[in-house]
Amino acid sequence: MKALSHPLAMLGIVLAFVLLGRVLPAWTLSLATVAASNSLIALGIVVLARTGNVSFGQGLFYAAGGYGVALIANSFGLTDAVVQVMIGAVCGGLLGLIIGPLISRYTGIFFGMLTLALSMVLYGALVKTTALGGSDGFNVGRPTLFGNVFTDPREADFMLYSVSVIATGLAGIAATVYFRSELGLVSLAVRANNLRVEYLGVSANRIVAINFVIAAVFAGASGALSLMAQRHIDPQFAYWTTSGEFVFVAILAGYQSVAAVFVASLALELVRSFSNLYLPNTWQLVLGAFLLAVILFLPRGIGSLWTSANRKSDQPDAPAPGAAVTEPAE
Amino acid sequence: MEPVIWLAKGETMAPNDGSWKRVFLSMNLFLTIVIDGLIEASWLFVVALGLTLVFGVLKILNIAHGGFYALGAYIAATVVTLFAAKGLPPALGFAAMLLAAAFVALAVGVMLERGLLKMFYGRDEVVLLLVTYAVFLLLEDITKLIWGVNPILATQPYELFGNVSFGKLFYVGYDLVLIPVAIASGLAVWFGLNRTVTGKIVSAVIHNPEISASMGVKINRIYAFAFAFGLMLAAFAGALTAPKISVQPGLSSDVIILSFAIVVIGGLGSVEGAAVGAILVGLARAASVHIFPQGELFVIYLIMAVVLMIRPEGLFQRETARRI
Repeated sequence: MKALSHPLAMLGIVLAFVLLGRVLPAWTLSLATVAASNSLIALGIVVLARTGNVSFGQGLFYAAGGYGVALIANSFGLTDAVVQVMIGAVCGGLLGLIIGPLISRYTGIFFGMLTLALSMVLYGALVKTTALGGSDGFNVGRPTLFGNVFTDPREADFMLYSVSVIATGLAGIAATVYFRSELGLVSLAVRANNLRVEYLGVSANRIVAINFVIAAVFAGASGALSLMAQRHIDPQFAYWTTSGEFVFVAILAGYQSVAAVFVASLALELVRSFSNLYLPNTWQLVLGAFLLAVILFLPRGIGSLWTSANRKSDQPDAPAPGAAVTEPAE
Repeated sequence: MEPVIWLAKGETMAPNDGSWKRVFLSMNLFLTIVIDGLIEASWLFVVALGLTLVFGVLKILNIAHGGFYALGAYIAATVVTLFAAKGLPPALGFAAMLLAAAFVALAVGVMLERGLLKMFYGRDEVVLLLVTYAVFLLLEDITKLIWGVNPILATQPYELFGNVSFGKLFYVGYDLVLIPVAIASGLAVWFGLNRTVTGKIVSAVIHNPEISASMGVKINRIYAFAFAFGLMLAAFAGALTAPKISVQPGLSSDVIILSFAIVVIGGLGSVEGAAVGAILVGLARAASVHIFPQGELFVIYLIMAVVLMIRPEGLFQRETARRI
């Protein structure tokens, strides 16, 4: 494992996955594209979860990225996929910069509720904004790459897949490096006990805010990727159940491993497409049961399957970050 | 659910040009907003009351609460349709739908708490939130499996109480009946908590479960009872509103978000807070529907966000010390 987690080695793995896309059948390709773009936003939630806070409103930045890109694409004819991902990241990041410092004062349930409220503010505004298509949303054109227009659907799919995998892969590498950095390790300390971190002379709020902005950047870029895949955007991007699904991926992954996020996202997409195929109208039933099973049997996520052996000693079961806000019930 | 401005015969209302002049010109509009707001607040209050009670006792913010609202509405719709098909009087159907919804919610609530939630006590608050989110997802599809995805209309009880007029405004009596029902529910819960022995025991458990247990209180029973009672209130409110609306999938996710806003505004675990929160949300919603329709959804969450920014513990909750 140690050798594989060197940034260059990880870069190699990402490139290998891109090449794998050449041989994957068409339906797997689009599934993997969605999984990659979803794991980007879930990765943001994991980054934030390392400080002990779960955001139930990542849809806010997801939609901000998506709408930002869609509007710019339609009014300036900017169709380059890479530029679109960057614009999405910037849109999400700017919004995160405004909200992050305000929201970092909260923990636990209040943090979750406030993020949820903010995403619903955007949802409510979008649904009623007829200029942006109201609840129906609007369409955007096909993305291009470095001036190349892809007319063959197979090639277009592969281009989207590559961009999604590379963007998410780079974010994953950056996150791995970040997790090992001083700031990334202090995040875990904030999760364990934010007041003690303050006593040590570090601003816990600032740590949360920084992680929040990173999560917002990832969510914005993910919104752009998702827009490119659907070529359509609507307020559903900001609805709380959309955010809920991303939280699900993050919970399934656990907060210990970046690779787990990709595995979790892929697992979710596979389960989704199979349950759509064989058990229509029961997708949420499957999701709910799956979620309960994970919380019950894999409380530290699927990442704990391969990281628990060497990490267990230095990561005690983090006590409830939120439980400290009110008197514990037990 | 959309409130309608009922105008007297011959009266016309100036077209909505968005100017504030129009607002102050029409006394009718003001009355409409207040009455619509109170109607909206009344059923929302009953839902939020259950939610805040469950949080107060179990310290769980229950996302599945919305699912029980929907469950209540579906059961009520079924009962009403059944009674109408048999030719029984709507009044009987009305009573039966409320009882059926409340009973099913109580039973399912106890099973859910004993069978599932119990396993997660002592875990993170956020983990419990996710568990209830999973239950929410399960309920959403179970209702779809039982009742299908097509909207169900069960409007027979809606005509039970006739129509009422206030000056030039006409209202459906059923809507107005919701207001005293909500007040009665609130008073009953307040009285039960503050003036009965069981209520005192529940309050003791809220303050300190450990000490209560050592005094001989069977806190497991209190948890199961409080959880089921909270869900019963949600289902009751669902049944109450079922004749007003078309019962269809998606009800639960809208309602839970509204009642979250209410309890967060009022302060988690506070009955008075839920009342004030419900009135604020009801009035804000009615006002925006009539004056600024674009802001209908927007306004409520904005209030919630602002309250959270200024008083994160809600309007009616004292700050609590935390352990270091």
